[in-house]
Amino acid sequence: MEILYKKSKMLTDTPLSYCPGCTHGIVHKLIAETLEEIGAEGNVIGIAPVGCSVFAYKFFNCDMQQVAHGRAPACATGIKRCNPDKIVFAYQGDGDIASIGTAEIIHAAARGENITVVFINNAIYGMTGGQMAPTTLPGQKTTTSPYGRIVGVNGNPIRLSEMIATLDGPCFVSRVSVTDPVNVRKAKKAIKKGFENQVNKKGFSLIEVLSNCPTNWHMSPVQSLDFVKNEMTKTFPLGVFKDC
Amino acid sequence: MKQLMKGNEAIAEAAVRGGCRAFFGYPITPQNEIPEYMSFRMSEVGGVFLQAESEIAAINMVYGAAGSGARAMTSSSSPGISLKQEGISYICGADLPCVIVNMVRGGPGLGGILPAQSDYFQAVKGGGHGDYHMLVYGPSTVQEAVNIMYNAFDKADKYRLPVMLLGDGMLGQIMEAVELPEMKDINSFPKKKWATDGSGIGAERRVINSLFIDPDSLEKQNYNLFSKYELLKRDETQYEEYMIEDAEYILVAYGTVARVCRSAVDILRGRGIKAGLFRPITLFPYPTDRLFKIADKEELKFFISVELSMGQMIEDLKLAVNGKKKVNFFGKVGGNVMSPEDIVDNLISKIEEN
Repeated sequence: MEILYKKSKMLTDTPLSYCPGCTHGIVHKLIAETLEEIGAEGNVIGIAPVGCSVFAYKFFNCDMQQVAHGRAPACATGIKRCNPDKIVFAYQGDGDIASIGTAEIIHAAARGENITVVFINNAIYGMTGGQMAPTTLPGQKTTTSPYGRIVGVNGNPIRLSEMIATLDGPCFVSRVSVTDPVNVRKAKKAIKKGFENQVNKKGFSLIEVLSNCPTNWHMSPVQSLDFVKNEMTKTFPLGVFKDC
Repeated sequence: MKQLMKGNEAIAEAAVRGGCRAFFGYPITPQNEIPEYMSFRMSEVGGVFLQAESEIAAINMVYGAAGSGARAMTSSSSPGISLKQEGISYICGADLPCVIVNMVRGGPGLGGILPAQSDYFQAVKGGGHGDYHMLVYGPSTVQEAVNIMYNAFDKADKYRLPVMLLGDGMLGQIMEAVELPEMKDINSFPKKKWATDGSGIGAERRVINSLFIDPDSLEKQNYNLFSKYELLKRDETQYEEYMIEDAEYILVAYGTVARVCRSAVDILRGRGIKAGLFRPITLFPYPTDRLFKIADKEELKFFISVELSMGQMIEDLKLAVNGKKKVNFFGKVGGNVMSPEDIVDNLISKIEEN
């Protein structure tokens, strides 16, 4: 019998710790399939951040480092500079990359580090229970913006991909979503491009994935995907911001 | 053949000869000659040099590099070392070997740029969050700093923990004649099977991690760390004694201050006062057992902890002496360094008081 589909061998058998309906699992799958497709098995070092995906070191079937909050791009730099022929990727959330680790991501990008960074933007601090994130939408309620994000008080959301795309260092910056099969396929394409760039030593790639958080958004999985599609994309438009 | 070298540069060269092949730093006085030296020396030996965007980034680059098996180091001075504490805690939690140089300057805050020993607590008691220690050396000459640095990566690798060389502005900036050791063969170093070199997959994959969400696992990790510190206490404790044998008064000092104390001892002996010097070389582990023993000497009247701080090492000295003898204190701060005469005068005034 012909096998049409199976779990990527770049994922371990450890059950995912993500909430029901969360799209972290889809993105993990896309990264794992990509690693397999580019033949990176036995040649990869991944970095798990602090946040919901802190346990990513359990899920990817490759050497992994767990690093302090926001510091993944610095850690990835240290690894890649000492191991230029290995595939090095960092997996970061919005609080990690666009708040506490802003300096690290900007400078890794500016240096054009030959790494691939996958950025999960779900507009909230999920692991700690739903606090306001740097990417929380104006008006969006969180446990630390209970009246909704008031931009005059809480500041404006940060469009990290657009910021990174202004730098000379990166070679590929794209924002995708995984709300439906069409967008999952587009996300896969972007992630694969990010890793192929690394193989071809083209430099820094950032793939921002608009994601959901049904638990802390207090929505059903379906509602949360609709929210990504209809609301998040207004502040965070999908697209390619840099490709060279 | 001896050559005249600035402390910072000699330490950097000793690191290279000891196997360092990755350096990540950020400018701060008085240690700038280390990254400046490494910026060309690393490329000469096929290593990695990178000026990071911050001390925080630099120490996390060390984390990544060390975690993937490299002999990696960083250097900084007091305010910068404070910024590195988060990373140092993670490095200790994840059992990673690396070397950190702290050319201490006066504090708190931005403080000054002149020599101080006011980061002693931070260096030997942990510094960041959580229960941990580093192997901490307080060399007093450029030659001693070179010798310590030359073997620092071997020690770091052996115990899988950070080694800190705790100097001060004086040690970093002084020029002295040094004998540099031979370049170590980097292919001779033991293989690091635990390192994430990228080849791991399936049962063979490696994880560098300081997260132990299950309390029993974290408790076990805490005990693992402290079992290493027991080995350090047993096998790595170093100190030097000068004129201790018949001493009635013992000066206890490390680093730059110990050199001033040695001159003070000579002056005092010339005046018929039986003074001696005890110089801890490792600050963690502190030579507690030896000092506990010395405190039993009948002729010994008191100790003086001499420091460039308001009194930090004195706490470890008092714990070691355990009340057997009086422990006095003499310190200078703000970047001021005491002269041998200052110490002589202080000791004589203490004799008169007692």
